[in-house]
Amino acid sequence: MGMTFAQKVLAAKSGQKRVEVGQIVTVRPDHLLTHDNTAAIIGKIEADLEQYGVVRPDLNIIVLDHVIPAAAEKNAAGHKKIREFVEKYGLKNFFDVGEGICHQIVLEKGFARPGGLIVGSDSHTCSYGAVNCFSTGVDRTEAAALILTGETWLKVPPSFKITLSGRLQPGVSAKDFILSIIGKLGADGANYKAVEFQGDISGLSMDDRISMANMGIEMGAKIAVFPVDETTREFFRQIGAPLKQDEFVQADAGAEYEKKFSFRLDDVEPVIAAPHTVDNIKPLKELEGLPIDQCLLGTCTNGRISDLARAATLLKGKKVSPHTRLLVLPASRTILSQAMKAGYIQDLLEAGAVLLPPGCGPCLGAHQGVMAPGERTLSTANRNFKGRMGCKEAEIYLAGPETVAASALHGKISDPRKEVSP
Amino acid sequence: MRVWKYGDDINTDMLFPGKYTYTCSTAEEIKPHLLEDLDGEFAGAVQAGDIILAGKNFGCGSSREQPALGLKAVGVEAIVAKSFSRIFFRAAINQGLLLIEAPAAVEAFREGDEVQLDAANGNIRVGSEVFSFPGLPPEMMAIREAGGLLPYIRRKLADGRGKA
Repeated sequence: MGMTFAQKVLAAKSGQKRVEVGQIVTVRPDHLLTHDNTAAIIGKIEADLEQYGVVRPDLNIIVLDHVIPAAAEKNAAGHKKIREFVEKYGLKNFFDVGEGICHQIVLEKGFARPGGLIVGSDSHTCSYGAVNCFSTGVDRTEAAALILTGETWLKVPPSFKITLSGRLQPGVSAKDFILSIIGKLGADGANYKAVEFQGDISGLSMDDRISMANMGIEMGAKIAVFPVDETTREFFRQIGAPLKQDEFVQADAGAEYEKKFSFRLDDVEPVIAAPHTVDNIKPLKELEGLPIDQCLLGTCTNGRISDLARAATLLKGKKVSPHTRLLVLPASRTILSQAMKAGYIQDLLEAGAVLLPPGCGPCLGAHQGVMAPGERTLSTANRNFKGRMGCKEAEIYLAGPETVAASALHGKISDPRKEVSP
Repeated sequence: MRVWKYGDDINTDMLFPGKYTYTCSTAEEIKPHLLEDLDGEFAGAVQAGDIILAGKNFGCGSSREQPALGLKAVGVEAIVAKSFSRIFFRAAINQGLLLIEAPAAVEAFREGDEVQLDAANGNIRVGSEVFSFPGLPPEMMAIREAGGLLPYIRRKLADGRGKA
């Protein structure tokens, strides 16, 4: 019997020839990602750190991104504590305020690699499945234990195979696609499962794949992973860390899948996740015309260069509706810099956008775009839970970057395909 | 003992709002905000020994551990749900909080039913019916029995890091 991607990686990382679904294995991850929550994590183990130190300084990747620059004294004190920890233990993989969102940093700095294993104290750690990496979220206490021991347990998950074919239509994004999949499978449809995307993935750019892997957790998945192809190799060449020829993990032909699905990209239509769950998927046309108070373009889901390019192309020379506001949140300093050189930021600012520093911004409701009761946000982020953006009497709708840009233009939910020039 | 009954897909933002994630980390800071956007009565009225009953996918969303840490700290005896999301499940084991996956028990519950838990024998009584639930695998049971992940690894560290 062949092995799935998850079986192969977990066998390799636990030093075994073969592992079975349901087996609990002890693994040593390549990296542990933590962010602003590092302050609380090290706060749990201060005496232990004094006694034992960190197990492996290169294990840790720490990125300050969640509430940056600090919104309150408590955040600032947390950041200070983290900088002191980094200094004391000589941690090299530290990225201070303004570098970008942790998931983008892990990808663009080349920490996530095919066949690798990364755990992080953030649920969207699953994003690195885009580059064939086994990556998944854990809680703070587990991160604390990992800093001390460098090892943890994982249960070998059953796998789903999602076979893709075709190409997305103009004005339709990978975000529409993954939202459609979540709508079909449900918010817990892949709970505990490893989701493998297979088939013809050549029509999906690396940015598209990151958006899709990022949303894996929104259907409960432990990982959501793509195979390695020329797009992956080109991505690693671009970041200056080219892949070795045999650096990939692919499921065996005879691997066993709990469920199999097939999707044709040509069939995907623009969709919206309506409040207050990500699987509450509606065709865009059902919600067209709904007034929107705030539009958010960016985040770890859709804050990459191609997302900013799509929005800038659509908004260039036009004005955001006076009835809404458009917040732009690039995923990293590198992306912001690229977008400036390409003129996208200029186009967006001239259209009336507000530029936020690369980080998590208002996505988790702490600052930089908190909502008022009765307000409605249309966002490219990954969650629309009640209260998520700081107010439980507000509504969050999720969509792709084109839909958010078109809607910003009109101050109401709008179909981006009507903006596409023939 | 009181039973708090909730529905499906209770996410971590409902259990503990994201806006407090980086300013509230200790049990004392977390307690007043537990379930704030789901049930305004809960934080003030919950008592040690209470049980939470819920539908499918309990704890979905963020990896924040404040819900698990806070619910353990106020003395919630167990959360009985149709299913749990995986990061929350892990967080609960790491806090030593008891989670029970027992869909039939949740279905059977009617307002006013008494709920009695016999964790040692893997039984839960709802009204007049008794439902059994599977125990944890030994690896996870060891963590829960040690009182959570940190006490568990401290034992291992004391024996020499990396061994055992």
